[in-house]
Amino acid sequence: MEITLAHYLFVAAALFTIGAFGIFANAKNVIIILMSIELILLSVNINLVAFSAFLQNLEGQVFAMLVLTVAAAEAAVGLAILVTYFRNRGGIAVEDINQMRG
Amino acid sequence: MAFSPEVLIVLGPLVAAAIAGLLQRYIGDKIAMAVTTASVGLSLALSLPIFADFVWGEGHERVIELFRFIDVAGFTSIWSVRIDALSAVMLVVVNTVSFLVHVYSIGYMAEDPHKARFFSYLSFFTFSMLALVTANDFLQLFFGWEGVGVASYLLIGFWYHKRSANDAAIKAFVNNRVGDFGFALGIMAAFMAYGSIQYDAVFAAAAANPGMMFDFVLFQAPVVETVAFLLFIGAMGKSAQFFLHVWLPDAMEGPTPVSALIHAATMVTAGVFMVARCGDLFELAPYAAGFVTIIGATTALFAATVGLAQNDIKRVVAYSTCSQLGYMFFAAGVGAYGAAMFHLFTHAFFKALLFLGAGSVIVGLHHEQDMRNMGGVRKPMKLTWAMMLIGTLALIGIGIPGTQIGLAGFFSKDAAIESAWAAGEAGRLGAQYAFWCGVIAALLTSFYSWRLMFMTFEGRFRGAHHAEHSPGHGQEGHEEEASPAAHAEAHGHGAAHASGAAPAHESPPVMTGPLLILAVGAIFAGVLFAPYFIGDRSAEFWRGAIAVAETSHAAEGAEHGTVAPAHGEAPTAVAEAAHGEAAEPAAHHPPMWVLWAPVVVTIVGFLFAVIFYLWNTSAARAMARGPVWAFLYNKWYFDEIYDFFLVKGARALGDLFWKVGDRRLIDGLGPDGVAATSRFFSGLLRRVQTGFVYHYSFIMLIAAVAFGAYAIYAGMGAGQ
Repeated sequence: MEITLAHYLFVAAALFTIGAFGIFANAKNVIIILMSIELILLSVNINLVAFSAFLQNLEGQVFAMLVLTVAAAEAAVGLAILVTYFRNRGGIAVEDINQMRG
Repeated sequence: MAFSPEVLIVLGPLVAAAIAGLLQRYIGDKIAMAVTTASVGLSLALSLPIFADFVWGEGHERVIELFRFIDVAGFTSIWSVRIDALSAVMLVVVNTVSFLVHVYSIGYMAEDPHKARFFSYLSFFTFSMLALVTANDFLQLFFGWEGVGVASYLLIGFWYHKRSANDAAIKAFVNNRVGDFGFALGIMAAFMAYGSIQYDAVFAAAAANPGMMFDFVLFQAPVVETVAFLLFIGAMGKSAQFFLHVWLPDAMEGPTPVSALIHAATMVTAGVFMVARCGDLFELAPYAAGFVTIIGATTALFAATVGLAQNDIKRVVAYSTCSQLGYMFFAAGVGAYGAAMFHLFTHAFFKALLFLGAGSVIVGLHHEQDMRNMGGVRKPMKLTWAMMLIGTLALIGIGIPGTQIGLAGFFSKDAAIESAWAAGEAGRLGAQYAFWCGVIAALLTSFYSWRLMFMTFEGRFRGAHHAEHSPGHGQEGHEEEASPAAHAEAHGHGAAHASGAAPAHESPPVMTGPLLILAVGAIFAGVLFAPYFIGDRSAEFWRGAIAVAETSHAAEGAEHGTVAPAHGEAPTAVAEAAHGEAAEPAAHHPPMWVLWAPVVVTIVGFLFAVIFYLWNTSAARAMARGPVWAFLYNKWYFDEIYDFFLVKGARALGDLFWKVGDRRLIDGLGPDGVAATSRFFSGLLRRVQTGFVYHYSFIMLIAAVAFGAYAIYAGMGAGQ
């Protein structure tokens, strides 16, 4: 069976959906949220690379590199915030993070 | 702006009041007292020559214009100092009493911590009254009118930590507001009808067109009557006449010198002065003048009856003032403006004397005001007693009719009564009623005055030393009390006056000095000035400053033959009047019984007082338990009636507007309603903000999907 563009897109969509549900179906752990965001970004990357190969255009892969960089930076910053938050509040349970409640 | 002595008379006390009031922290009490007293003393010193000039000299009238107060669209009011015989009299009265009150207050208020404030108010009071009497138009008159209202409010409520004093101050102010409303309406009516508020212009316009009518919605009203009536409403409030008198006795809550000032010189005399000033109007308005007469006569009688039953020494004197003001008003009402002003003039002396004497007694007895707790004060306070005696004799008008022997009140009060009789003979509205009220009130005046003297100075001291002493039992219980000496020991300050009959002490010279001066005035003011105010020299004294009518209705009537029989028994008087030789001829030759009536009833009143309060005190005590006494003691229940009808009604109306109108309707629909509604909806909206990041992200996702779906759908639609 030949792996076509549609397969790539399907995997990417599946990953995206898993990531999205990982964010709001999870009420326990902030780290999981970070990982879910990572998953979403990677699903986008798959899309970019797949289209790049499909269209014979390198721009998509350049964007994929950019997204990786952003994802790495985001992970670093997010984890740093988490560490600080843990120090201040003594926990990173998602249900406790509701200071903006109206 | 020309700077002349007249200007200094008026503005001096204002400057002094400002200095004492605004700079009191920097200059201290002593300088404040000195500045104010000196300025009023200066005013007095400058007023005396003016008065003397009118009495014995040329008496040139003048109006000194200071500055334009208002000059817009035909409405002109110029701040001015008008000097004529009328204002000269008032200047002397106001400044004399005010100066003596200032001096007296130095002693009376010696222990008060707010002397500078007090003296500042006193001087401001004086200034307001001076501005009032020297006004040349109604606006300045109104300014002074309101100024004395404010000053009296401040002074009655001077001891603001006393609730009763605050209440009395508000009562006085509100009461005066009622009168002032009428007064302001009168001024506006005068301006509307005559196009000016200058005295002379208004009087001239009124005289030129006496039949002028106002068009109201449904009826017409004569202008002169309306204006005069409305102006008199103001005088009723300011001069504490019947219906609007209730504030005056309560004004006793202020320090005693203030009472003397209010009662003798400033404030209450303003109404009489105003009626005399506007005599030209009242002469054109027989019904308004009749109203003045009737109200005045009723007040004279009413206040005298209430004075019979009061136990507070100051209240007795206060009702006496009220009653004497009634005399002045009915004298003015019957057209005897000279007699009214003369009574005002003499009354100032003996009423100030009585008040300051009462204040001396009060201080001597350590601020005891209830006469039932007095008695036997004569021995320790001989000088005060003598002064009070002179004041009393002057008030009840002791003298021998037909001669020039008598104290001040004899000349002036009897002149008022006689002019009422004469006017009554001439058929003037209400004059006969006024005559009989005046005579009966003279009887009552004598009785309550002697009652005051006997209860205060004679008999035994009915001490103030039992702490559980309730006011209701003072008279009943005094018989079995111990000797005065024992009282003195029991008294808190006993050591200082253990030897006296009553534990009293004579007041310092700074307080008795003014009494002496006033006593001289109370004795001689009548005999000296009677010829000028009401006698054969009155025409040249007044020089037209007051209305020339002067019971001339009788004289004119006889002259024109319309009321010819009016003075059948005194044709010479009528003839004199017709020739204009004397301004007040009719009052000079009434039958002997009219002359003697006031004196006889005065003696009768004296005898009654002797019987009840010297010989048979148990009879007085029995009387004090009767219903009539209670009726009088409670001032004819005026306060209760007003409370029931006016205060309660106003309160209910206020409650209605407050609770229903303001709270429910305006607040309920307005601010509160809007606030509550937005609060409710924001409460709903608030729930959206859960604070959980994943909720927000979920909504973002939903929104993104929705927008995406819409974009695709719309794109397909567009594509097709």
